[in-house]
Parts: sequence; structure tokens; C-alpha cells
Amino acid sequence: MDVSQYLEIFLDETKEHLQNLNTQILELEQDSENMDTVNEIFRAAHSLKGMAGTMGYKRMQNLTHDMENVFSEVRNGNIKVQPGMIDILFQCLDALEGYLAAIQETSDEGTNDNENLIKALNDILNSKGGSVEAPKKEEAKEEAPAKEAQAEAKADAPASGSKEKWQEIKLTDTEKDLYAKAKEEGQHFYGITVYIQESCILKAARAFLVFKALEERGEILLSKPSTQDIEDEKFDFDFSLIVVSKDSFDNIREAIKSVSEIEDAFGRELTDADFGGSVEASEEKTEEAPEAKEETHVAAAPKAPATTDNAAKAGDKKPVAKPVVNRTVRVDIEKLDVLMNLVSELIIAKNSLVSSTSSDDTKQNSNFNEQIEYLESVTTNLHESVMKVRMVPIESVVSKFPRMIRDMQKSLNKKMELHMSGEETELDRTVVDEIGDPLMHLLRNSADHGLESAEVRKERGKPETGNIYLDAYQDGNNVVIEVRDDGNGIDVEKVRDKAISRGTITPEQAENMSDKEIIDLLFLPSFSTKEVVSEISGRGVGLDVVKSKIEALSGEVEVKSKLGEGSTWTVRLPLTLAIIQALMVVVGNEKYAISLGSIQTIEDISPSEIKLVQNKEVIQLRGSVIPIIRLSNVVEVESTKSPEDNLVVVIVKKGDRLAGLVVDELIGQQEIVIKSLGKYISKCKFISGATILGDGEVALILDANALI
Amino acid sequence: MDELRTTTNEHDTTQYIVIKIGEEQYGINIAFVDNIVRMQHITRVPKVPAYLKGVINLRGIVVPVMSLRLKMGLEDDEITKATRIIILKNEAAGTIGIIVDEVKEVITLDNEQVEKVATTDNSPDHVNFVQCVGKCGQDLVSILDLNAVTIEKE
Repeated sequence: MDVSQYLEIFLDETKEHLQNLNTQILELEQDSENMDTVNEIFRAAHSLKGMAGTMGYKRMQNLTHDMENVFSEVRNGNIKVQPGMIDILFQCLDALEGYLAAIQETSDEGTNDNENLIKALNDILNSKGGSVEAPKKEEAKEEAPAKEAQAEAKADAPASGSKEKWQEIKLTDTEKDLYAKAKEEGQHFYGITVYIQESCILKAARAFLVFKALEERGEILLSKPSTQDIEDEKFDFDFSLIVVSKDSFDNIREAIKSVSEIEDAFGRELTDADFGGSVEASEEKTEEAPEAKEETHVAAAPKAPATTDNAAKAGDKKPVAKPVVNRTVRVDIEKLDVLMNLVSELIIAKNSLVSSTSSDDTKQNSNFNEQIEYLESVTTNLHESVMKVRMVPIESVVSKFPRMIRDMQKSLNKKMELHMSGEETELDRTVVDEIGDPLMHLLRNSADHGLESAEVRKERGKPETGNIYLDAYQDGNNVVIEVRDDGNGIDVEKVRDKAISRGTITPEQAENMSDKEIIDLLFLPSFSTKEVVSEISGRGVGLDVVKSKIEALSGEVEVKSKLGEGSTWTVRLPLTLAIIQALMVVVGNEKYAISLGSIQTIEDISPSEIKLVQNKEVIQLRGSVIPIIRLSNVVEVESTKSPEDNLVVVIVKKGDRLAGLVVDELIGQQEIVIKSLGKYISKCKFISGATILGDGEVALILDANALI
Repeated sequence: MDELRTTTNEHDTTQYIVIKIGEEQYGINIAFVDNIVRMQHITRVPKVPAYLKGVINLRGIVVPVMSLRLKMGLEDDEITKATRIIILKNEAAGTIGIIVDEVKEVITLDNEQVEKVATTDNSPDHVNFVQCVGKCGQDLVSILDLNAVTIEKE
């Protein structure tokens, strides 16, 4: 079978399952008695096995199969969860990830059989489990729901109550009429619920084959979910049908079961009772129809609630954690980019409309202006919605960190714990994809450099287990991710000495540098203070990579540290990349945009207030000394203002540093779409991009951060 | 088969857009031309080489524009009604516009009509913009080597 078209789905789903397994096994390590977790793991492993099998990845299937066996023994209480076992399981997950990576690149799983892992798994089974023989999954699965069914649906259809979901199908008058007629013609009505194997990936195709088989023998009256939904695969692993046929029920059931990948079919022949007692009553229909309908409902009522209840419970137990109705759509990110571009164009067009109306002084009819305002609000909402579509929770990146910290705990021989909050914070997809590595670097850094060993911690009167915190939250137009530890903090003197010994700075320079400036040296390329180069960090690549990566996303990273108490790394990222609010200014005769996010205030300064400090121009503003930068010098144009005029100074902020940018004129605030300048003009550091104004002109965006 | 192929190859033709810079005529392989637009407002970009005139808005895309004259070491452009910006598409280097004095016509040259020219100047600073010359009737058209024109010297 050619399965290449499903490869992408397979990769996506396998990744999800693996992530799920990682999380669950971590949980299991904490609480080895939790049966819910064990069940969840079992299900994920089982689905993995099924998927790998369908795609023909035998090695992957074998490995997951053995994992599944171990879990099923755990579930049956034959094996107790032990630390050694958790380690082996994690190794298995890594091996599976290896397969997955190989598949992603070559669509082949490779040749590594991972025999040692399989052996280890079998050892677990043999030593503790007694019987290696894995119990058949169906048995185990059926037991639970069946028991519940017995307990709760005593009165009605005890043993198979939960299986016969077809009873939920509502029979209407039409069916009643048909039933009456069919009975006269010697036909039988059957209610059937068909279960498809959970490993099946072409559910709709199987359902279609079932339909075809049935149509050869009779007629399908009703189905639940609807035929359309079944064709679209909008169903779990079962569907129910009402069938009319001359054949016996057993024949029909055999016909269904002959379709491959069908697990089973349950049902029975419908009797008068199913149609609300008397069929004759319904024959005199028309005017009394509504009432008759009511009756049917009431008659069906005692059954329906019980069965739905059970069905719901049975549904909960289903291995695949898919919601019954799939409400999400996977969309190619490129399509979203196109949409985003179109929205950007729309905003530009809107801006040009706005500017053309405001430039006309003549009183235009107010209706036109109203419509423009309406258009403005619609485009803003549209933009927000499109942005939201592109937003994904950072959970997808951070969820792998607990596992990483756990592994490092062993390799570093330190006790530590990771506390995370704000995993649901959303960021643009492109940012989320890129942010994983920098965060991982920071966490490793905290674990390796930050936290002390257990003995040292004890001496210092700290709890032996070190804590690392990862907190994410939204702050205005930014998302802030903080990596915090309660370790040693950064030893400024050590960094200073190192910097001098490496020749990064001269001793004289070091004298004049503040602690903060020294700490910032850590972000320079190839600067690592850790004496012992460990596997985890300390190769001197890391912090500079972190910094450049985050800056490439137009974010910034800062560190605050207190010796002996720990350090906090703060990563600040823009919520959106494409469209920002900006202040438009004029320098010389050229228009420039400055991102509103970095602007603190705008000041009117008389030339006499400018003082010289170390030959640099500064102003005093509310007690702080702020250096000023004349933009006309930076962009190399003649200022249109005479030296005696008051200066318009835009105060911008980078971290906790301020600077004043002197501009000639202010135009106002505007929503701008950021466009790249292209490869030719990339050398200009303080220009972060360009935007197209309402009149079609291009204006450059000044990167205030690069100017300070 | 092989014979057929070689004979067709010999008669392969290429279309060139003929532009004028000063008194000289140059040809640009039409395959690399995305668009030809009239002169429009160019937004200057600070701190870039002088021949990079700035950027323009090409239907919502910001495209850098360079002066072919300045790049070739001639005097600055004199903007007239005939001045055009030719937008070139180059996989490796991205989209770029070049300013030319005039766009004359499109010619079709047989590959036989195009001859390689050997450069006489071998100094390392010298960039050779012209690799071949095409013969179009009585006129000679220097075919621009677009890679040499568009790729930045480091």
C-alpha cells in the first residue's frame, strides 16, 4: 500500500504521541501508583504501535510493541514501576525519536534495531511479570466499560449496552412507516454499531466498505454520525446504522466483519417496542405526528440516557485522545503568510484612504468619513484575528524541558527541579519555532553554571534541591519569558578577571565598567567562565548565540544576578513581527518610523539645556542624565532646523537605558507594516526594515535599540 | 536524436532588452527581467555605497535600486522622461532595480550572433560587466553580465 501521502500526518501525530509519552512518564516517575497515567501511557504506546505498523515501520513497531507489553503488565499490577525502568523507557523514547528523525529525512526508519532496549524491556517483563505473554488488548479494554455498563445499566440491555450505540439514533415517523411496510414484506430492521480497529488510519474507507457490503444485502436507512460525516472521517472508531434487509442478523454481521480492520459489530433486530410500542398507532399519522414523535422519544427515553451515559464513559476510555468532533484544522503556514500579506496590503490601502481624506480640507460628507472609520475598525479586527490564528502557545516548546532537566540531574549529579508557569502564553508561530534553542541554552546554563552542587547548597543553608523557574507572561505588546534560578548567581569579579585575562577588556577599562556592563560581557562570542568544560554547557557557544537568535526575532535578553542568591534571565519578545504601531518622524526631508514600543516620552528641549559630558551631548530630564543622538547626523542629512530652535527629542528606552533622539518634526502615530529591505541593504544596522506609507512612498524604520 | 538536438541548439535564440547608458547600448537577457517601471520617488537609505540609490515601492514590495552608471564608474544619473528602472529577478541575490537612461527595444539574437569578448584589463579591482557582444544588424550591443552587476563586491 502506498502510504506516502499519510507520512506527514504520521510524523505529526507520532510527535504528539511521543511528547505525550514523555510528559506522562515523567508524571509516572513522580507518582508511580497513578493508574490514569499508566493507562494514558498504554494508550499512547498502543496508538504509536498501530501507526508505525500501518506505515510499515517494523522496527518502530517492534519497539513500541515491547513497551506496550511492559505497560500492560504495569497496568495489571504485575510489575511495579521502578526508577531503572523509567530510565529504560526514556531511552526507548529517544530511540523512537531517532526513528522519527530518520523517517522525516529519508522516509525510512533506518536499520537500528535497538536490540539492547528491546532486551531490556523483555528483561523487565521476565523478571517481574511472571508471564511474558501480553494479554490481548481487547480483553482488557472491554472489561472496564463492560463492568460499568453492568453497574449502571442494570435494567436495560446489560452486557452489551455500552456497545450498542445505535440505540441513540432517533427513529422518526418515516422510519416507523417503513418499518410497518417492511414487516409486511418480510424484511427485518436491524440496529448495528460497527467498531473499527483503533489502529486503522483510513476509517472512512473502511466505513465505505461496510456501507457497500450492507447495500448488497439491504438498505441503510439511517446512520450516526451522518453519511457525510462518515465520509469526512468525522467520527471516532465506531458508527451506528439502522439497516433494513431480508437477510438474517448473523449474515449481516458476518458481512460487516469480513471487511478488514473492522473490530466488531453489535446490534439486534428492531422490534415494535423500539418504535414506541404500537406501530399501528403511528400509521394514522399526519396531524398527530408531533405527538407521536413525542411518544417515540418517551418510549426510547429510559434506554437512551443510560446508553449515552455509558457511551460517554466508554468514550473517555478510548485510547486516542482525539475529541469526538475534530474542531481544528491544520493549515500550511505558507497559506497563513499569504493571508497575512494580504491583510498587510489592506492596511496600507486603508492608510492611504485615511490620509487622502484627512488631507482634503473641504468638508466631505460625513457618511464617507463614517465608512472610513468603520473600515478602519474592521481592518484592525481582521489583522488581530489573523495574528491570533498564527499564535500558538509556547507549551509546544517548553513541554520538553522537564525531561531535559531530569536527564541533566543525573548527568550533572545535582538535585534540581524545574517549575514552569504560563505555558499557555501565546506567541507568533515563527517566534515559537525559533525560541526553543535559546531557552534551552538558558536553562542548561542555569542548571550547569547557576545551581550549586547539593553539598555546597547544604553548606550555604539552602535546600539541597535547586530550583529553576521558567515563567512566561504577556506584558503589553511583548511576551516575557523569564528563566530564574536560586543558585550561585554570577560572580562579577570572576567574569572581570576572565575578561581581562582573555584580553576582552583592558584592566583600565574594567575599572570603569559597572557590574552590569561586566555581566553583559557574558553575551560576547566565545566567553565561558565555567572552568570545567562539561557536556552540557561551557563550550563558550551559547550566550552569544542566545543573544543573536533573540535579537534576530527583534527581541532582547537581559540578565540580573545577585551573588549567592541566583540570577534571572529575561527574554522579551514582540508579540507580532509583521505589523507594529510606530511614531512617524521627519528628519531632514525624509520620513522615518520609530517603533512605539521603545518610546518613553517626547520632550521639547531648548538648545540651552544641552550639556556636554565627555564631549557627548546630554540632557537632564527629571533627575536622570540622558545622552542625546541627533538623527540628522546618524542618517546623514541636513537638519531643516536652525540651531537656535527648540529641539524635539524622542526619549527611547532599551532595557533600563534611555536615550534622546533628536528629530525635526513629528507626524504622528501610525500602524505600519514591516517589510524587509532585501539582501542588498543589510549592512545598515540601525535600519530594521522599511514600510510603505499611505501615499505609496517608502519610509525606513529606525531601530532605536541599535542606536543606543 | 543527438544530432537533432545539436542542430536545434545551434539555432537557439535569446531575447535581450536593449538599454542605453550614455551613448552605449547594452543588452539584458530578458529571462532575468521581472519588470520595467518609470522613474519614481526613491527613498534614500543611509550608510550604503553611493551606487545604491535607495528603495522603491514596487506594488507593496520594497525593492532596492542601484544606479548602473555609478556602479560602472560613470557620472551620476540625469533623470529624464526616458529614464527607467529595470527590475531584475535573481534567485541568489534577490530582486533589485537598476536605473538606466533609456529602454530602446527588445531584440532576438541567435546564439551565433553573440561573441565572447576577452578582457584586456586584468587588474584585480576591475570588474568586467560585459562578457559578450551581440551583433544586431549594423549595431553592436554589449551584453551585460548580470551577476557582475548585481552581486556585491565584499
